[in-house]
Amino acid sequence: MCTSIVEIAPADGMAKGEKEWFPVTRSVVAYDHARHALLGDVITLDFINSDLPPGARAAVELTLESAKALRAALDKAIAEAEVEEAERADSIARQKLAAARRKVRARVEA
Amino acid sequence: MLFYRGLTATNVTLTGDNGTPITAYVARPEGDGPFPAVVLVHHLPGWSELYIEMTRKFAHNGYIAICANLYERAGEGHPDDVAAKVRADGGIADAQMVGDTAAAVAWARAQPGHNGKVGIFGSCSGGRHAFIYACTKTDVDACVDLWGGRVVMGKEELNAKTPVSPVEMTKSLCCPLLGIFGNEDRAPSPEQVDQHEAELKAQGKSYEFHRYDGAGHGIFYYHRPLYRVEQALDGWSKVFAFFGKHLAG
Repeated sequence: MCTSIVEIAPADGMAKGEKEWFPVTRSVVAYDHARHALLGDVITLDFINSDLPPGARAAVELTLESAKALRAALDKAIAEAEVEEAERADSIARQKLAAARRKVRARVEA
Repeated sequence: MLFYRGLTATNVTLTGDNGTPITAYVARPEGDGPFPAVVLVHHLPGWSELYIEMTRKFAHNGYIAICANLYERAGEGHPDDVAAKVRADGGIADAQMVGDTAAAVAWARAQPGHNGKVGIFGSCSGGRHAFIYACTKTDVDACVDLWGGRVVMGKEELNAKTPVSPVEMTKSLCCPLLGIFGNEDRAPSPEQVDQHEAELKAQGKSYEFHRYDGAGHGIFYYHRPLYRVEQALDGWSKVFAFFGKHLAG
């Protein structure tokens, strides 16, 4: 295939390239013929930095089934992470509220 | 002449689109000629080793051959990484490709021992690009499109870089066209190849399409599982017969 199946998403994080870690700016998901895997068409994931030379790239080629499994794993991990983040935000908010109450009480008592 | 012809190969710098310097790999057969020329337009995986080898293959078969790096503006690196960067930037503009390829055609035409004929050859996105070039310019004498995807494009696929569906350019095709396709391909699909063929007929263009069963995309890519040995051998014979007919001096 010579498809136009390409999805590009902004990215903020780090990826491990050929030799070292680099900051990423884009995640690119494509479905096209494999360049390296001995497979026909594959889901290709590229994590790149558009502002750095082309070597700033971490890439994988996955079968469609592997990509679906990865998606499920990502969905699960992200859902759990969001619960944890919500709990953390709730806990911080409660701590801030308690601190504010303590301040008010201290002022009243003074 | 010995059975195996000698050849020389090297890199040259062209003045590409908008005056940008780009590199091209060139190969020419040993001897004074006259030789026809072939301009290779590389595929989506970039200025890859496969295309460098095919450039030499044409020289080995008696053609002055040139393959320009259409992705050079993305920077230096392994062709895979360069191609990935180009993909992340939404590909290259068709107009830029035409400008760069025109420089490769001009280089071929300026070579000593050239017989005055130039063929253009590409696979995958390069097949699409070769066809666009032959519909945009008038300085090539034969065009080979190997399984070029997105020759037939929907309106939703058009953008600033690819503003026109190539099939709409068919009326301006300046030379005979050879197309080779696998019937198991989906880009282009057999239905899209039908559409292109119907337009070629409607416009009264000289063309020959060869469509192989048991094959999909990338029939000639001997390093990939896409390779189909029988269809590839037959396809290469079709390419050389086509260029032999239309590029003879």
